[in-house]
Formats: sequence, C-alpha cells, structure tokens
Amino acid sequence: MNEKREFKRGITRRLLHYIRPYRGYVVGATIFSLLYVAFVLVGPVLYGKAIDAMIGAGNVDFEAVYAMTAGFAACVLAAFVSQKLLGNCVNTLCYRLVRDLRKDAFASLTAARIRYIDTHAQGDVIARVVNDVDIISDGLLQGVAQLFTGVMTILATLVVMFVINYIVALVVVVLTPLSLFVAAFITKRTFKSFSRQVKVQGKLAAHVKEMLGGQKAVILFNQEEKSCKKFAEIDAHLYQIGWRAQYFSALTNPSTRFVNAVIYAFVGVLGAVFCILSDGGTLHLGAFELSGFTVGMLSVFLSYANQYTKPFNEVSNVVTQLQNAFASAARVFEVTDEPGEDLSGSARIGKVRGEIRIEHARFSYDPEKTLIEDLNVSVPAGSKVAIVGPTGCGKTTLINLLMRFYDLQGGRITVDGTDITSIPLDEYRKLFGMVLQESFLAGETVAWNIAYGNENATREQVEAAAKAAYCDFFIRNLEHGYDTVLSGNVSISQGERQLLCIARVMLADPPMLILDEATSNIDTMTEMRIQKAFRKIMRGRTSFIVAHRLSTILDADLILVMNEGTVIEQGTHESLMARRGFYYDLYNSQFAQ
Amino acid sequence: MKRYFRYLKEYKLQCILGPLFKWIEAALELLVPLVMADIIDTGVAAGDIGYVLRGGGLMLLMGAVGFACALFCQRSASIASQGFGTNVRDALFAHINTLSYRELDKIGSASLVNRTVNDVNQMQSAVAMIIRLVVRAPFIAAGSVILCLVIDWQIGLIVLGVTVLVGLVLWLIMHKTVPYYSKNQKKLDRLAQIAGENLEGARVVRAFSNRENERARFDEAAADMLENSLKIGKISAWLNPLTYAIVNCGVALLLLVSGFKVDTGVLTNGEIIAVINYMAQILNAMIVISNLVSLFTKAHASMKRVSELFDTRSSMSEGGDAAFDLSAPALEMEGVSFSYAGTDRYSLRGVTLRVPQGATVGIIGGTGSGKSTLVSLLPRLYDAGEGSVRVFGHDVRDYPVRTLRAAFGMVPQNVQLFSGTVRSNLQWGRADADDAACEAALRIACADAFVAEKGGLDAPVGEGGKNFSGGQRQRLTIARALTGSPRILILDDSCSALDFQTDARLRANIAAMRGVTTVIVSQRASSIRNADVIYVMEDGKVVGQGKHAELYGACPLYKEICDSQSKVQEGESGNE
Repeated sequence: MNEKREFKRGITRRLLHYIRPYRGYVVGATIFSLLYVAFVLVGPVLYGKAIDAMIGAGNVDFEAVYAMTAGFAACVLAAFVSQKLLGNCVNTLCYRLVRDLRKDAFASLTAARIRYIDTHAQGDVIARVVNDVDIISDGLLQGVAQLFTGVMTILATLVVMFVINYIVALVVVVLTPLSLFVAAFITKRTFKSFSRQVKVQGKLAAHVKEMLGGQKAVILFNQEEKSCKKFAEIDAHLYQIGWRAQYFSALTNPSTRFVNAVIYAFVGVLGAVFCILSDGGTLHLGAFELSGFTVGMLSVFLSYANQYTKPFNEVSNVVTQLQNAFASAARVFEVTDEPGEDLSGSARIGKVRGEIRIEHARFSYDPEKTLIEDLNVSVPAGSKVAIVGPTGCGKTTLINLLMRFYDLQGGRITVDGTDITSIPLDEYRKLFGMVLQESFLAGETVAWNIAYGNENATREQVEAAAKAAYCDFFIRNLEHGYDTVLSGNVSISQGERQLLCIARVMLADPPMLILDEATSNIDTMTEMRIQKAFRKIMRGRTSFIVAHRLSTILDADLILVMNEGTVIEQGTHESLMARRGFYYDLYNSQFAQ
Repeated sequence: MKRYFRYLKEYKLQCILGPLFKWIEAALELLVPLVMADIIDTGVAAGDIGYVLRGGGLMLLMGAVGFACALFCQRSASIASQGFGTNVRDALFAHINTLSYRELDKIGSASLVNRTVNDVNQMQSAVAMIIRLVVRAPFIAAGSVILCLVIDWQIGLIVLGVTVLVGLVLWLIMHKTVPYYSKNQKKLDRLAQIAGENLEGARVVRAFSNRENERARFDEAAADMLENSLKIGKISAWLNPLTYAIVNCGVALLLLVSGFKVDTGVLTNGEIIAVINYMAQILNAMIVISNLVSLFTKAHASMKRVSELFDTRSSMSEGGDAAFDLSAPALEMEGVSFSYAGTDRYSLRGVTLRVPQGATVGIIGGTGSGKSTLVSLLPRLYDAGEGSVRVFGHDVRDYPVRTLRAAFGMVPQNVQLFSGTVRSNLQWGRADADDAACEAALRIACADAFVAEKGGLDAPVGEGGKNFSGGQRQRLTIARALTGSPRILILDDSCSALDFQTDARLRANIAAMRGVTTVIVSQRASSIRNADVIYVMEDGKVVGQGKHAELYGACPLYKEICDSQSKVQEGESGNE
C-alpha cells in the first residue's frame, strides 16, 4: 500500500517537473477557474434580486430591475471571458505537455539499447509514445481542471446558499449523499460489466481478425460454417453481457435527473413555505429567527439545484480518468527511464585499415545459458569472411557483437588493434556498412533513404550511388522517380529494397561491411544484380557476409561455420573440407546433391 | 437503410415502447417548472402551505414516474440496439464467408475486420441513441420553446431566438473543427509511423549513427501536431463560453422585458422562474443534439461501408454435381488466361498443361511470373477467364465446389495457422482426423520432432502460429494439408524457410506417398529438379516444359535460374 503511494507520488513529482515550464498557464487556469465559478454563481443572485424587484402589477421597481440586470449582464460577460481564458490555458498546457512528453519518450527510444528493442513488443512501445501520452493529458489535465472547477462550484454553491438561507442549504447538504451514493453505485456496476464486456469484445475482435485475416485459408479448407458458428457463439455471449453493460452505463443520466428532481422539489417546497412564513424582513421558525425569504431567493436556489448534482457525476468520471492517466504515465516513464547506450569512448581513430580480431570472446543473451565461450577470430584487413551454418545457427549474434548492438561479457574485439569499446559508439558504427535481409527503409522518399546517414549528399551523389547499386533504372520507373515516397502502396519488391540498401551503403562509403545474402523470394534478375552489387561493394573492404550461395563461400578468405549460436569451425573451404567435420557434412547436404 | 429494419424485427416492442416511455419522462420534466410556477403564483401568493406541499408531492411523484419511464427506455434501448448489432454482425460475418478470393482481394482483410467490428458497433450505438435521445432531446428543446410561447409569446420569441443562436454556434464550431480533426488523425499516424520505423529499423538507425536526425524528424512531426491541436483547441474553446453567454444574455433580456410585463400584470414571478429554467434545459438539449448529429454522421458513413459489403456478391457459382473420374488425368489446363480483379493485365496467358495421376510436377519462375496464380485455379480459388481447367476428367465448375476443394491439399505461400492446438490446426484438413492420422501427417512433413518437443498434438498454437519459427510453421501447414489425405497436393513455395537438408528430406517423404499427384511451386531449382515434369513460367506464360536434363539444355531461362543459384554444381551435373 505504502509502496503504491510512494510510486504515485513519484509519478506526480515527475509530471510536475514536465509542467514546470508552463507554470504560468497553471496559475492562469487556477485564477480563471476561480473567477469563472464566482461569476457563474453570483449571476443568479443578481437576477433573483431583479425578480424580487418585480412584486406585481403596478408594483415594479424599474431602477432596481435595471441595476440588477446590468449587474447580471456584467457577471455573464466576466464569466464568458474567464471561461474562454481558462479553456485557452488548459488547452495550451495540455498540448505542449503532450509534445514534450512525446519528444522525450522518442529521444529515449532512439538512444535505447538494442536489447530493450529486441525484448519489447513494437506495438506496445508505439502505443506508449503515441496513445498513452494522450491519455495522460486527457485524464490528468482536463480531468484535474474539471475536478477543480467541479469541487469549487460545489463549495461556492454551498457557501452562497448558506449565506442566503442556512436551513434550505442544510436540506441540500443532507440530500447530497444521495447523489454521491447513486454515482458510486452506477460507477461500480458499470465498471464491472464493462470490464466483462471488454473481455468478450476482445475475444470477438480476435476471432474476426484471425479468421478474416486468414479467410483464404478458411475457404481453402471449407471451414466457413465452422468459423461462422464460432463467431455467432461469441456474438451471442457478447449480446448477453453487452446489453447489460450498456444498460448500466445508460443509467447515469436518468439517475442524475432523478436526484436533481428530488432536490428541486425539496428546495422548491421549503423555499415556498419560507416565503409564506416570511413576515416582511424576517422569518420566524419557532425559536429561530432568520432574514426574510423571497421569491427571488427561491429562484436562485432553484437555479443552483438544477446544476448542483452535475459536478458529482463529473467527479466520479474523473476518478477513473485519473487512474488511467497514472497507469499511462507509469508506462510512458518506463520508456523515458530506459537507460541509453553508452556513447562514451576516448580512443581516436583515423583512417581505418580494417583488421579485426576477436579475442577470447564470451557472450550469451541469457545468463543461464552459455552461448559463446572463448571465441578467437583474426581477420586481416580487406579480407572477405563468409559466415555459414544451418537456419537459426546464430549468425545474427555475430553481427550483433561486431556492430556493438550487444557488448561482450568477456574478452575483446579490436579494430586495427584498438579495443572497440574504447571508441565512441557513433564513430565506431560508422566504420561499418550494413545490408540486412529485412531491408529497412523509412516511409520517406527514395532519395531520402539513399542519403540516409549522409544528409549532406547532393542529388548527383545519390543518383551515382543508385546507379552503382543497379537501382537507378527501377527508381526512374517509379511514379515520382527519386521523390517517390516509400509508403504501403508503392510496390517495390524485396530484392529491390535490398538494392536500395546497398546504394545507401555505397553512398556512406564505410571501410568495413556486414552483408546478409537473401535466401529466397527474389526473382532471378534482381538476384543477379544484388550479387553483382555485393561483389562491387566488397572490393577492398573487410567484409562479413552471411552466405547462402556456394560461389560466395568458395570465394571467401575465411569461413566461419556456426551452429547452435557459436562458431564451431573456421578456415578456408579447402582446409574445412579436409577436416571432414561439420562444414563437410553441411556442404555435402546443402550444396552438393 | 430499409434493409436493416429486419434486424430490428424481433425488437419491435422495444423500439416502440422505449421512445414512448422516454417521451413520457420528457413531458413530465417539461411540466415541472410549470408546477413550480403555480406553487409560487398560487400557493405563495395565497399563503396556502397545504397547496405548496401538494405541489411538492406532485413534483416528487412526477420525478419518480419519469425515472421509472427512463429506466424502462434505457433497458429497451440497450436490448434492442445490442440485439440489432448482434444480428447485423452475424449476418455480415456469414455474408463475408460466402465471398470468393476475387472479392476478398478487392476489399482487403483489414477493411473486412474494420467493417465487422467498428462499423457495426457504430451502427449499434446509433440505434441506441435513436431510441434514447432522438425523441427526448428535440422534444425538450421544442417543448421548452413552445411552453415559453404559451406563457408569453414575446418572451417565447426571445427564447426561440436564443435557441436558434445556440444551434448556429454549435453547427459553426463543429463545421470548423471537422477538417482539423481528420488532419489530427493523419498527424498522429505519422508520429506512430516514425516511432515504428525507429523500432523496426533500430539497427539501421544505429549503424548509421543517425540518432540526432531521427529525433529532429520526430520533433518536427510533433511540432506539426502541436500546431494543429492548438488550432482545434482555439476553436473548440469557444463552445462552452459562447453558448453560456448567449443563453444568459437571453436571460438578461428576459428580465428587462419581464419588468414591463409584470408591471402591466401579464406575467408573474413564477412564470419568469419557469422561463429561466426552460432556457437551461434548452441549452442542455441543444448540446445533446449536436453530439447526436456527429454520431449519426459517423454511423451513416459506417452504414454505407457495411451496405457496400452486403451488396458485394460472390462471383463464383456453387458448381454442378459431377463425380471424379479417376481414370482421367489428374490435372489439365487448356488455353487458360486469367487476370485479377481491378486490372486488365493478364496474370496467365494461354497456359496448357496435362498432369497424369500420381505424377510430380515442378513449376518454377521468377516473382510475378504467374506460378501461384496457376495453382490457385486448380482447386477453383479463382475461376479462369478463358480456357478450361479440368480435374479428374471434368471441368472444375462441374463439381460441387466444396467436394472439389476437399480433394486438394494445398499449402499456400503465406503460412496461415490459427490459434488453438496443433491438433485443432491439423483437423482443418479433415475434421475427424484421429491422432494416428495427425501423427502420420506430422511425420511426413518432418514436423514430428519439434511438435513432440513442444508437447505433442495438444501443444498450443498462438495467433498466426507465432510461437513457432518460420520453418516450423511451414512444416505445420504442410502437415495440415496432408491430414486430409488429399488426392492432389500443392506446395506453393512452401519450403522457403527450410534449410536444404530438411527440404530434401521432406520432398523424399512426399515422393514416397503412393497415388498422390504433387505440384511443387518453387524459386529454388533444387526443389523441383527431380520432378517428372517441370514447367518454366515467365510473365504468365509457360516458356518451357520437360525434365530437368532436357530443360537445362533447351530452356535458356531455366538454365539461367539454375546457374544463378549454384554455379559450380551445375557444371558438375552437366558432366553426368
């Protein structure tokens, strides 16, 4: 319990930290909200007085009516202005805070360690940056603003009522728990039935998504009837739960109206009775003596009674909103708190030749399972290293370590004799050009993507790189050429995407390379272009290539044979064949038939 | 709209009684200020406490009756609208299940899901709101104005003026903000897109050390979003202050006019209070109406999308009642041409082939050469545009379509597994397949080892089979196709994620099955080189056919494909 409070306090503190730059708006919102409540409540008092000045036919104090109406109009104007300014303050505060939170959350994503990104569901992380931030602003700011105004209205109403007539005011106070009770009852019921409904709805949506997503398979296997039957079953269940959930949530408005009607009737009757009992300026109730009650005062009470219960409903809504906002804030701060990569390093590197040594490397993703133990590899500058092994043998682990996506737990990797962990991370990674099988391109223009990481490149340089990587011709065939935005409806094939990635690396011109050959689903012509482009780009550069083609393997200066996560053999094709070990079997089963 | 009435038929009672009871509540509510005015004007004026108390009792009674009516209405509305939604959803889902591949291609699965879930929900809430509010809100607004007119026509006109003005402001603000709201969604999508790219492409961003630029890109999009939000805020922040000011300026005007009216004795204090009360009710009702308008606009758009789907009919007939002639060739095509919906480009052109029973056929060619299209015509997933497709001696259209498909075991290119267990997935192939049949299928598909490791036939399968690796999923879909003991097995590029060793073992297992005609579609020359006949496809046409050895010499495209995939080895095999 205590921990929970501590946790909430921590989140509040951090949110306050985000609000601090905009504290002017907070002050403004508070002031305008107080002014708004005051003017809105004083208004009816003034028109009540105006009504009191109209006693009956031939008995109207026009001077008082004019004065009071003018006062009322002034109050309305003041309330109008303060409500508008209140709205401006809250909106500006909300939207700016949302922007700041998003900015920080995103900045933290760009700095996060790969381990974080590999182990967290993408959809969830995106939801944190995009949706949760909105929930914070909705719940926390709009909610708090609503709560504040609501509570102030209730308090101020009570004060004004007590000043006018404390007995009627007391009756209202006694009836207040009724509205609280009703609000609490409905909220509880609604919450319960809604969470049940959400569950069934989720089940239905999952079925729809899965079945319609795979509708072609459904048709292929004649499963239509079965799928419809299952759907109707869930839907029938949803009906049973859904109409009740709907019913409970639909209770709020009529119940509020009813509580209002009760308060209205009590206030009306009591006020009317007091009007009758008032004898000129005083009201005698047995031993009590109060100032006289008038029809105008009654009108004030009736106007309040009509609005009095509204804030109570709002408050119960705000409570749920606030809870959601805290939950979302916790999720967002989890992202902003994520420690980033260690970018520091003091080693200076000039021109790199590209000699790489892996010495006594030890690594595993899971401390329970050993993966790489004492790995030693020596790659002379400019050589071509082929990485081979069966599916899932851990080729990406090697890439992860070379690119410092993950750091070694023992031993070291050196480039031209310098330990890579002593080189500033950003400088180190720029030494490598990387072309992976899942060719990642951003939803921007083709030119933007080729110039990725070289924002100073001219259009000529971009086109030259594209030509060198054999993608100029298909880019020119796209609707807007180099300015085509790569969104979902631009169809470029997997192979073409890989060519674009090669062009990107060509433009960056790094001294070392990591390449991943495609396994399948690329048509022959593109495949040949990729191989040609690969050969071209590897010339004179230290290259690591995840190889699936025999020709690539035979050309290699060094072959690293991987299995079950680690390098088990290394050497040239001839030496490995002569060994008659794992490589020999692999070669015979996969490449020679 | 008419077509949807039948889904409400069983809820006729609720649809009539609900609004009726809601109307009673509204009428009672409208009368309350009049009762109060009467208490003041008669009871207070005459000093009759008994009259006041009776009036109070009446108001309480009216409140209670109104509450009961409202509860009944809400209940009716909930039952009827939820029932309506359920009926429409069931009908829509069943309708979708009658559509063929051609229609599915046109609509797309995301759109199908959206229409079944969100659009029907939108229609459902519209029905609820029609029952709950369409009677109430306009009735309260109009009734208030009319009662004010009855109290005093000049004062009534002021109230009418206020009502019109409030309506105008609501419409104007809605009208002005709508375009910004749709822009807002786009800007939000853009933020999600950049965030997604930085997760998916995290390695690339880091490899290029491009952190700062990505941040700038995101910040720019966030600033863009901020600007748009502020614009929306600026406009919508007028809503509450303006409507409040209009109504209360009306009250001030009312007070001035009432002064004279009371002086000449045509208006009483109680009536002024009643009119002020009505003004407050009008404001609330008008806000409800404006919300209703936006809800119905959305619901109408949803209804149009749903109707469009209902209007889409399957382009495929149920077929005739022919029976398989097992002495005829398993598969034949003659001059078959085909193009997908929405394009006049031919995906297949003049394809002719003939496959005897029990043979193994290989189909090879580049991406988009028409391989998958060709095999999808066989179990009649699509109907050929020209030419004839025959299976076991009859045109595919002559068979009952389900019987025809049951004869095929097809492994599609895109693996689709469904949540459940390994067994439940395998039983898609044949509903009554027992454990022995399932296990046999797993063995042939080289899936027995990893299934046993995961817990056997009862091992859970997550949505889309994501708890299995790509290669495992492929083998499970192959096993699924085999469970139905098909006469014809089609493997559409379904071994691409397998390593060569497993691929070879699997092909050997399949080749050992007796009497099964097998069609293997692949981009890998090694997968099909042992086939009885190989068809080479390019640009929708068959450009070569024959055995591996013949084709290698005769078909330049085939030679090119083989060479590109393994140079050295082809040279060796050429010497054989």
